[in-house]
Amino acid sequence: MMKPGTIILYTAARFLVPLQLLFSVFLLLRGHNEPGGGFIAGLVAAGAFTLYLFTFGAAVTRDLMRVDPRNLIGIGLFIGMLSVFPAVLQGQPFLTAQWWPIMLPGGTEIKLSTPLIFDIGVYLTVVGATMTMVIALTEAEER
Amino acid sequence: MQLAVLVIYLAALLTPWLFVQHQHRTAYMMALVPAALTIWFATHIPLIAGGEILIHEYQWIPGLDISFTMVLDGLSLMFALLICGIGTFIALYAGAYLKGNPAQNRFLVILLAFMGSMLGLVLADNLITLFVFWELTSITSYMLIGFNHQSAEARKAALQGLIVTVAGGLALLAGLVMLAAMAGSYSIQEILGTSEALTEHPLFVGMLICLLLGAFTKSAQFPFHFWLPNAMAAPTPVSAYLHSATMVKAGIYLLARLQPELGESGLWTILLSSFGAMTMLTGAFMAVRSTDLKKLLAYSTIMALGTLTLLLGIGTETAMIAFAAYLLAHSLYKGALFMLAGIVDHEAGSRDVTALGGLRKNLPLTATLVAVAALSLAGIPPLFGFVAKELLLEAMLGDAFHSFIYVFVMVASIFVVTVASVIALRPFFGAFKAPKEQSKIHEPPVAMLVGPVVLVLLSLVAGIIPGTIGQWVTLPASNAVAGNVVEGYLALWHGLNLPLLLSGISIALGLILYKVWDAFRQRLTVLDPIINRGPERGYFWFMDAIVWVAEWQTRWLQNGSMRNYLRTIVLVFVGLTGYTLLTRYQLHWNWDINLYFHELVTVSILVAAAIAACITHSRLGSVAAMGAVGFSVALIFILFSAPDLGITQILVETLTVILLVLVLFRLPSFSNISTTRERIRDAVVALLVGTLIMCLIMITIDVQLFEPISAYQIENSYTLAQGRNIVNVILVDFRALDTLGEIFVLALAAMGVYAMIKFNPDTAPGSNHYAGTLILAEKKLAEKDIIHSLEEIHQKMLEDQNIIAAGAMNNRNAKDDDDDDDESEDANTSSYDNDRPQDDSANSANDENEKEGKPS
Repeated sequence: MMKPGTIILYTAARFLVPLQLLFSVFLLLRGHNEPGGGFIAGLVAAGAFTLYLFTFGAAVTRDLMRVDPRNLIGIGLFIGMLSVFPAVLQGQPFLTAQWWPIMLPGGTEIKLSTPLIFDIGVYLTVVGATMTMVIALTEAEER
Repeated sequence: MQLAVLVIYLAALLTPWLFVQHQHRTAYMMALVPAALTIWFATHIPLIAGGEILIHEYQWIPGLDISFTMVLDGLSLMFALLICGIGTFIALYAGAYLKGNPAQNRFLVILLAFMGSMLGLVLADNLITLFVFWELTSITSYMLIGFNHQSAEARKAALQGLIVTVAGGLALLAGLVMLAAMAGSYSIQEILGTSEALTEHPLFVGMLICLLLGAFTKSAQFPFHFWLPNAMAAPTPVSAYLHSATMVKAGIYLLARLQPELGESGLWTILLSSFGAMTMLTGAFMAVRSTDLKKLLAYSTIMALGTLTLLLGIGTETAMIAFAAYLLAHSLYKGALFMLAGIVDHEAGSRDVTALGGLRKNLPLTATLVAVAALSLAGIPPLFGFVAKELLLEAMLGDAFHSFIYVFVMVASIFVVTVASVIALRPFFGAFKAPKEQSKIHEPPVAMLVGPVVLVLLSLVAGIIPGTIGQWVTLPASNAVAGNVVEGYLALWHGLNLPLLLSGISIALGLILYKVWDAFRQRLTVLDPIINRGPERGYFWFMDAIVWVAEWQTRWLQNGSMRNYLRTIVLVFVGLTGYTLLTRYQLHWNWDINLYFHELVTVSILVAAAIAACITHSRLGSVAAMGAVGFSVALIFILFSAPDLGITQILVETLTVILLVLVLFRLPSFSNISTTRERIRDAVVALLVGTLIMCLIMITIDVQLFEPISAYQIENSYTLAQGRNIVNVILVDFRALDTLGEIFVLALAAMGVYAMIKFNPDTAPGSNHYAGTLILAEKKLAEKDIIHSLEEIHQKMLEDQNIIAAGAMNNRNAKDDDDDDDESEDANTSSYDNDRPQDDSANSANDENEKEGKPS
């Protein structure tokens, strides 16, 4: 079904996809304080890959992703689950947020935390789930 | 004590590993575990006989009042000794019985797991722990009955046993929860110690019925007794162990355990006496008309279980003494008899007493052991069975209950004497008769004989010194059942009294009946039509009914039409929510509306797009229109300062449109398949939902049921969770567990989509029509439905899948469509209709496989 894209799409995709992916990471990281977060960022990244998919086809997109989207779901769930355990090890209730602020030279404070790990898990799951569906549908069509 | 249970489970875990190196000798090693435990429990006899109770506390879930605390008193000690003692011999027996069977390790694992569960059941102090072990015994019993899983009969019997006992288990759980709620504790010791009168409680009757359902199904009481004879499809060690000595007594154990608390109730007395007596008579009667050795024993087990229930129902002190003695006597002789029946079957090649005879020359030891055990079964001195029977008759006479029980007990006693004579005499005396050649029949290996020898000797010894056995073993158990110290003793000689007279009469009549047994059985065939309509018919009727209801509701509710599903869901929602809304709250229309121009424009676009989606004649058009609706909603979110929601809505909308476009190509071309009337109906449904949602929104603005939690979240978002974006803080911190669940759901949905797309018809749901039919009575297929060759199957498939015929069918339906509106539903589901003949052929093909599978 997917014919090679038009020249406009072709050109646009090559520039837009990296930007969009970068933007998704940006959304992911700022999520705790500004609009954004794992779910939204995951959708943006999935959108980026879908754009790539429409332009270059499923096989090339798989190459670009490097990881099978199905595995991405598993990795995402695993990371999400990982964020559960620090609290348990501390003897606190399940999923209690843990914070590890790190001061960088220059006065910037980076707050590492289990919610961040959790958000990364959500991000990967969303990307994985969406891309699993989209790629499966596309491949079913191409067959 | 927790350790004792754990050790058995550990042994079960080790078995496969040991089996690789030692094959059938593993069983002999494993027999050491219960043997050691028997000795360990036996060392507690003096302590318990002294009136002490041993309690080992161990917390499990203290918050829910669930503990692993285990209690050793007279009753549990007697059971523990039986479980471990007989278990030892069963393990030895199984080692020889299943020698060379490649699945023997599996058998041993499950057998040991059962042993651990049963031991846990009788030791557990907590009702929930008891229930867990209870269900574990059901499951292990299922796997043991179905051990020969290649045989359809064994599978069916296993499933039947499982369904009956687990259904009872569900009732039991409800009963236990009610009991705990009434008594205020899950601990049996505390419940027994409570001074509150449970009988006055409004839940009492319901609780009692639930408890009894659980106990009766497990202990094969009438009318649930039918699963036990069928369970004889299990290998003999299992029948000897689970289905006579231990598991079927779990229900009796529970009743005995609760007797001190519930025994005062009149309902308890009536229900237990009548069901017990009925079971006793049914078991005895069915035993007399059986010829299969294991069936004879199984029915006489049912009879014994009925007797035990009856004794609990009678509830006097004598009855309690009789209860413990009878239980011990029965376990001893019945375990031995089952193992001996297995030996006869193993050596002579048949279990049918009419096909056997004169085996005493080849199996002298077996014949002697059977004879002695049968004496105990018949209640003839000086065996322990006699002591127990005397006590039973005494308890019966001491009871002021209805005289019909006398008749029941007497008839059952006479029948049992007959059954015992049949078992002891038929296979061993008279002219030689056996499927195997005489020269090939010889005594079994020692491992198989040691169990029966020890158990029969115990029966004999206990009969000779009943006083000692009573003092150390059965009377402490009776004390635990009665809840106080009972006055009484066990003796072989009670003097010349009424019980002895009755005993003599029953033995004499039983022997006379044995003389005319063959003719008697012939006469009884007159009753076959009635027996065939027995409770097992009810079971099959019930199972058929379940399947029928499932089929009916699948056909009507799950008919595969998406619109039907949506309509049902939506109308139920509208009905229930709308009703609550209108009855509880009033709608207020008194707010002033002032719209800004840009809001008006957004809403107009939204409405226009929604209308366009409804009336468009192009699929792509409707997808685009729905997209427009979604984006307008996102715009509204943003206008009302919810950027996170807005962004999410836009992204989801984009991806939805993309996904829709991707599947669009897979759909058939756009066509109008609904009639005007249907469209009006759908429009009404849609309007109803819309109106309801609008009312809901209006009410949420108007009515404030609770303090909104947003204030708390706004306040604490930064201080507690170090984030200023409340939406995200809620997602990843405050309500992170929800999100965790949601991403799992998302992953599952993706997997579902993936599975549907990479569809494989061979494993598709519904392709295996034979699955699950084991619960039903066997159906005789009409000769025309049976397909005998592969060519025939192929031919039938070609006929069923004839594309021209299927197409013709569609056309016909489409034509009907114009004539009659109601027919249009058929047109939608016509593809399902077409599938049906094909399914039938798949069904027959499976039947074919089943038949071919059997001989191999």
